[in-house]
Amino acid sequence: MERNTRRNFMKTLGASVGVAGVIGSSGLLNSCAKIEANTGDKIKLLTSSGELVEVDKAQLKPVDIPSLTENQKRGRQGLPGKSWVMVIDLSKCRNARECMKACQKHHQLRPEQHHINVLQMQDAEHTAPYYMPKPCQHCDNPPCTKVCPVNATFKRDDGIVLIDNERCIGCRFCIAACPYSARVFNWFEPRDAEKYAGVTYNIEANVPQKRGTISKCLFSADRLRDGKLPSCVSACPNGVYWFGDRNEDAVTNGTTKETTNFSKLIKDNAAYTLMEELGTKPRVYYLPPKDRAFPFQGEIEQSHIS
Amino acid sequence: MEKIESPADSRKLLDKITFDLTRSIVKKDELTRFWFFILIMFAGVGLWGWIVQIKTGLGVTGMRDYVSWGMYIANFVFFVAVSLIGFLISSALHLLKIKWAKPISRVAEQVAIAFVALAGIIIVMDMGRPDRFLNIFLHGRFASPIIWDVTVITTYLAISILLFYIPLIPDLALMRDRMGHELPKWKLKLYTILALGWKGNPDQYKTIYHALRVLMLLIIPVGLSIHTVTSWLFAATLRSGWDTAILGPYFVAGAFVAGTAAVIVVMYVYRLRFGLKEYFEDLHFDYMGKLLVFVCLVYLYFNINEYLVPGYKMKAADGIHLKELFKGNFSLMFWIAQGAGLVLPIVLLLFNYFRKPLPIAIISSVVLISAWVKRYIIVIPTLEHPFLPVQNVPENFHNYAPTSIEVMITIFSFVSALIIISVLAKLFPVITIWEYAEDKGIDKKYLSEKPRN
Repeated sequence: MERNTRRNFMKTLGASVGVAGVIGSSGLLNSCAKIEANTGDKIKLLTSSGELVEVDKAQLKPVDIPSLTENQKRGRQGLPGKSWVMVIDLSKCRNARECMKACQKHHQLRPEQHHINVLQMQDAEHTAPYYMPKPCQHCDNPPCTKVCPVNATFKRDDGIVLIDNERCIGCRFCIAACPYSARVFNWFEPRDAEKYAGVTYNIEANVPQKRGTISKCLFSADRLRDGKLPSCVSACPNGVYWFGDRNEDAVTNGTTKETTNFSKLIKDNAAYTLMEELGTKPRVYYLPPKDRAFPFQGEIEQSHIS
Repeated sequence: MEKIESPADSRKLLDKITFDLTRSIVKKDELTRFWFFILIMFAGVGLWGWIVQIKTGLGVTGMRDYVSWGMYIANFVFFVAVSLIGFLISSALHLLKIKWAKPISRVAEQVAIAFVALAGIIIVMDMGRPDRFLNIFLHGRFASPIIWDVTVITTYLAISILLFYIPLIPDLALMRDRMGHELPKWKLKLYTILALGWKGNPDQYKTIYHALRVLMLLIIPVGLSIHTVTSWLFAATLRSGWDTAILGPYFVAGAFVAGTAAVIVVMYVYRLRFGLKEYFEDLHFDYMGKLLVFVCLVYLYFNINEYLVPGYKMKAADGIHLKELFKGNFSLMFWIAQGAGLVLPIVLLLFNYFRKPLPIAIISSVVLISAWVKRYIIVIPTLEHPFLPVQNVPENFHNYAPTSIEVMITIFSFVSALIIISVLAKLFPVITIWEYAEDKGIDKKYLSEKPRN
């Protein structure tokens, strides 16, 4: 069964972290070149960042891709001992939207689908407008997982709220339950469905997306497993995002790579969570948009304040 | 009516009752064929719509990421609401020993079965992955109100079918014994099988009474549950307009209004179509009219609570929702639902004249349509106004409008309910013959007599 999936995977030239790893590390490539001469037989591959590359067939090595059941099992367990948190510094955001682009690329989303959405906000009349990136809040009291009839969306021990798209029945109760509008649905065939047909589903990245099921931000759980920061965090050019482990009390800035003390960061900057009065206990903390590094540009498009 | 003494009179009256109440089964005419033809055609078109939806994805509907529940869910709530009447008329009124409601109970059960069955079907049509329907049983999570809903709706359907079937058994035996020459073979065979060898001895009647009593008691908690749990699909969320504690009783009260109106309309159609003037009497319409006023008043009370209390405070998100209803995009629908669906029946039905069969049938139709409109504005406006602004999405994500596929599937669901009701009406008497005969003073022993000719 497992071998079969592996063969399928190779045949369909699907995306995989493993292959990307082989391609990415030039050292390995060089050593390969020494051992074997190029056959001239080129093959096209899709890297995990979504780029199509061409490599010589001789340089390919099969990698260990967990089977679907194995992937679903470890995806439900999460990373042991971790407790992920995100801190978003609103004073730094200038609506560059690199986070949105990286996210859509990573999770194979259509242009109108956002796991992370940069909103233009204004809290009250006469107050300053600001940009607010809004991922899933990964609540510790998640309203969405409570209502799921089939346990397709669930809370892992490391704090991430995940979805199993091989189980979701598409009732959309979780969309109704989420006060943060964090969830999206695959109303049509997902983006590039043909390209990814036959690729083994990865629960920790929600890829390939499945028609008729829910999708949402999952803190790039697949990248966390590889010891990388989430796509949006790494992509930000302005130092907006801090991401880390609450158990270690440390968060790392995706732009500057600086690591700091999580509790000190949120205490010193009077961090808050979104709509805390709802009791959802989000894991995403916001630092207030005071002393903005970039002035707010343009008009408030539409606000929740009428 | 005075007690009938002579056996001859009893037999004569029973013959007449049987004849009148089975005419709808025996009679064949073009109009019936045409009616079924139309229904099946529309149902077929609707089914085709569903096939298109399965092939392309739920994107063929007007629903998008923000308004992710649309007309299907409004239909679902409406169907559950209407079906609740079975519980009110054939159980609650029976247990209260309210005699006049007896001949209506089979109509109420027909409506209950048809609509609760369609509630189950429309919810499958709303699913993004109907092919994974079995996951509900394989991976069901009892913390989710959807699982509660599946549980109580199937239970309610089962009890409603039993409440329809058990009082039918003596009638089936009666038709089996008396109508051999009038019926096609397959119908006779069906009745023979379904009659379960009924002989009509007192022990058997005792079993029926006992079973019915148990079912009538059982259906009370189940009936209240189906609509309360349906309301919890909304009330269990944090959204303005749904996040209220009274949603359960509010839904139940509204359900009685819709269901009573539906039964009045069906009664009127039977009276007209099957010539049952002497059975669905003016008196029944009069009482049903009073019942409708009563349930409307209860519903009005809940409406005042539901809208006035948050309207007084106008908390930020509630305020947006209420403004949208009172004078915004949904104001026309809102005021139709409140005016035509609530105030109008209360005022008009206080007058004797409007409780006559035709006027009340018209009023009930209006109430029924308004009840559907009401379900629509319970579901959609709340979703159009989430807590956070709707940005960076195409224009059609902001506002919901049903597409033609949704209209087709909606028509399918309504037409299918009508097909169920029509089939039941053409297969079985619409009034329980033996119960009716007994009320007229005919002894049960005449019922099981073989016909003399």
